[in-house]
This record gives sequence, C-alpha cells and structure tokens, in this order.
Amino acid sequence: MGFSIYLYSVLSFSGLVIVLAAGLMIAERFLINYGICKLDINAGEKPLEVNGGQTLLSCLYANEIFIPSACGGKGSCGHCKITVTSGGGPVLPTETPYLNRKEIRSGVRLACQVKVREDIYVRIPEDFLNVRLYSSTVLSTRSLTYDIKEVRVKLNDPAEISQRPGQYVQIQAPSPEGPVFRAYSISSATYEPNEVEVVVRLIPGGIGSTYVHNLEVNDEVIFTGPYGEFYLNEDPSVEIVCVGGGAGMAPMKNIIYSLYDRWPNRSCWLFFGCRTTKDIFYLDQFKELEKKHHNFHVIYALSDELGPDEKWDGETGFIHLSVDKHLEHGIPRQAFLCGPPLMIEAVTRVLEEKGLRPDDIFYDEF
Amino acid sequence: MTETSAWVIFIAAIFTNNILLTNFLGMCSFIACSGQIKTSLGLGTAVIFVMIMTTIINYVIYHFVLVPLGLVHLQFIVFIAVIAAFVQLVEMFVERFSPKLYFALGIFLPLITVNCAILGASLFMIIRNYSFMQSIGFGLGAGIGWAVAIVLLAGLRQKMRYSHVPKCFEGVAIAMVVTGVLAMTFMGFAGMVTIQ
Repeated sequence: MGFSIYLYSVLSFSGLVIVLAAGLMIAERFLINYGICKLDINAGEKPLEVNGGQTLLSCLYANEIFIPSACGGKGSCGHCKITVTSGGGPVLPTETPYLNRKEIRSGVRLACQVKVREDIYVRIPEDFLNVRLYSSTVLSTRSLTYDIKEVRVKLNDPAEISQRPGQYVQIQAPSPEGPVFRAYSISSATYEPNEVEVVVRLIPGGIGSTYVHNLEVNDEVIFTGPYGEFYLNEDPSVEIVCVGGGAGMAPMKNIIYSLYDRWPNRSCWLFFGCRTTKDIFYLDQFKELEKKHHNFHVIYALSDELGPDEKWDGETGFIHLSVDKHLEHGIPRQAFLCGPPLMIEAVTRVLEEKGLRPDDIFYDEF
Repeated sequence: MTETSAWVIFIAAIFTNNILLTNFLGMCSFIACSGQIKTSLGLGTAVIFVMIMTTIINYVIYHFVLVPLGLVHLQFIVFIAVIAAFVQLVEMFVERFSPKLYFALGIFLPLITVNCAILGASLFMIIRNYSFMQSIGFGLGAGIGWAVAIVLLAGLRQKMRYSHVPKCFEGVAIAMVVTGVLAMTFMGFAGMVTIQ
C-alpha cells in the first residue's frame, strides 16, 4: 500500500505530461504550419519558396543570402535591417529600440524578428545579394605589434571574392553558445581576389579577436562577406584622405593599394595616429609606396610623450592636429576614417572646416 | 453559513485581497515590466486571460482527477505543468488566429508561465475550498487586481522619471517603496468584504 501511492503519483503525473505534450505537438502541427510561402526579393529579382513559420533571417540564410547579423538572430545587435514592403505584419516591441521613426515609416524591419506567415515581399540592397559564405585556409599570420596581428587566408570555396575597398567580412568564431560572427575590415587589395587579409587587435576576453589571434597556418576559417556600403570616388581628380587610429588600419591599407593599382598618379593622404613607437606598424611599407607614387603622402603621429629609449622623428600630438596642419582648404576630397569615436569626432570637425561635405566623410567607428 | 457569492469574491479579489498588494505574488514581472503604462497594460491583460483560464482548468483537474485518485499531494507540480502547457498553447493559438493580439501580448505570454501569481490563484482556490462559480469569480478578480496594481505602479513610475529621487533610491528601490505605499492604500479597503 505504501509503495503504490508513489507508483500512482509517478504514473498519473507522467500521463498528464504526455497528454499535455501530445496536445501541444498536435496544436503545433496545425497552428504553426503555414505551408509554403513565397518570398519575393527586390520585386521579382529572386523569387524563393520557403517553409512558413521560420524567421525571415533563417529563411534567407537557408537560401544563401547572408544579411549581416552579429548576434545570431537574438534581436540584440540591430544589424539585420531590411525593407519589408508587404507581408511582414506590424513592427514588434522587440524591434522598436533599433529603428528610428523614418525607418519604421519606410518599412525597415529586423529580419531576425519577422516571421514568415504569408507571401512576403522584401527589398534587400544589391550588396547583400553578392554576399557569400566562404571557406578558406590560413596562408600566413604575422604579429604587427604586441597586440595587433595580420592574418591572410586563401579562399577555397568560392575561390574568388569581389570586394570594394572599405568593405568588411564576418568571420565565424566558436563560442560556448555556438558559432558567432565578428566583423573585420578587409585589408588586402582588390587585385588579389583569391585572398583575404585582416588586421585584428587582441581584445582581452574578446571571442572574435582571441580566435583570430590563435589561428595558425593551414587552419580552416569560415566567413561571410563582403559587407559595407563605402564607394570610393571614381573621379581621379578627387583627393582621398584616410585617417586611422589604433588598430584602424585595415580598410585604409586596402583603399590605398587598390587606389594606386588603378590610378598611379592619384593624390592620397594617409594619417595614422599611434600612442607610442610600439604601436607603429606598416610604416616602412607605406614609405616605400610614397617613394614610388609621388602623390601619396603618409604621416604617422604619436600622441604620448616619448619614452627615454624611444626614437621618433615624425609628428607628435593627436592625429586631427596633423590633418589640420597638412591639408589645404577647398580641394575636392573624399575621406575615410577608422578608429575610436573621439578621434572620428575630432577629425570630422577638422575635415568639415577644410570644406568637405558630410556626405564625403565616411567612417568606421569602433 | 451561506456560501459567499462569486460576485463578492470577484470584488474582494480586486480590492481587499489583491493578490499582488496583499499577498505579494508575481513581484518579479511586476517590478520588471512596470516601466511604461503601455507594456504593463499588455502584460496585465495577458495575466487576466491566463489566470481565469488556468483556474478553471486546474479546478476541473483537481476535483475530477486528483481528488478521486487520491493524488492531492501532486497539486503543485500538476498545476505548474498545466499552466506552462496552457500558456504555450495560447501563444500558438493567438499567433495563428489573431496576429494583432499576438503582437500586443506576444512577448508577455512566456513571462507569465513563471508568474507565481497564476500558480497562487490556483492554490488559493484549493485552500479556500471555492466552488466552480466562486473559482471563476476569484480567477477573474485576482487577474484584474494584478493588472490594476501593475498599471498603477507603471503610471507612478512614469511620473517619477521627472522627479528628483535620491540617488540611492533610484530604479528598483523606489519602485519597492512605492509598492509598499500602494499596498498600504489598498489596506484602506480591508474589512469592506472578507474572504478567507
């Protein structure tokens, strides 16, 4: 008798749970099943058929359209913005923190939050449709400074990438909660379509940078790309100004080498701000380029006081002061800035004083 | 002694025996989701609906399954399982048939699964030996009472954003103090009607 009560309890509770679970499964079968829905991209450019009930982001990923997403669909990064022209339902409370009023009016949504329940019509920037998932192997790694590393990979599948200078890739890094993607600018020039190089500063505890820093030759690397909406001005009379600080060198290196491959006489300035002589990298390489192309000017500046054992004959002080000193007013220019927010703010102010329109100043803040 | 009418229990559950302000059940979502009147209204509505439905289901399961089988000691775990499954079902149902309502309640439904006020209502119903009609009155009243309390706090917190709260009291601390004051005001209703 004493024993049977346990038996009854366990049996009846298990029975109840099974009944509830079965009920839920049946309900799911009938309620969540939306059948096949049409997913139309850019007004008929790429019609797809997908299983309803999933999020728009996972539908697009399944069809190899890689919308940038750093958080992996949790709705916490706000990178996966696309325009849904119809069939997306109302904007969710989980999306509103990432959308401004203008975006909400024009139908911009977070792809990871929109569920496909009916035929859906979306607009995706042309650039995202060119994004591919690449598998590659590490060709070489090189320590540039004590905390910055250059990693070059060779593409296996697909074997070529068509990138514009200033664009970035998202490298897949393992983490305890599954793979995550971290964005890094491409530093290899556009004339090397079979390879991709990134320059990464080690952030203590950072998932992506730790992974990249620990890569060794012949390791396999998976990434998606290219992303980014920077367009280099095609008019050769427009001067290009690159201003970087800290580890913000990668996109500039790409811009400069791609630029001189195409227009050997084009005028270009590179300003790069470091703290101490220990932070300097790529300087010799750029000095050599300066000798080859007389319209290329490279200026590095150190912001900290020189230590007793340091030697430096270049500029000192914050980089925006050097920009102010060297650039003349009123020449048509396009600028690309990459570095910490304060530096970008200061340099933007200086460039606007020099007559650049805000549209011609592009920046990558980190 | 005559049975208390369901109507009296309904009124009492809102005012004199407010499940939040006299029993302090469901405090976690009460504090977490009371930043804005709009969200608290959404959560409150969801709680009203789930509370009345789960009290009814749990009443049926308790009196027609657990009591005849002599398994009354399983009530806690059974009630929790029923609430969790019910919330899941409601979420799917609402998502399918009323997208508008889903967008209003959607993100709150999973929160309710772990709201102890819901379980509390089912347990009170058993402890106080309510009949079926009384249970409906109590479930509805307790739900509305909870919703009223969270909307009140949300309104106060919205106003408090513009007042000078001492630094050490900012955020949750002042919300707790205000909850205490609210509870005291609700004690003014005590004695109007009594339910056990």
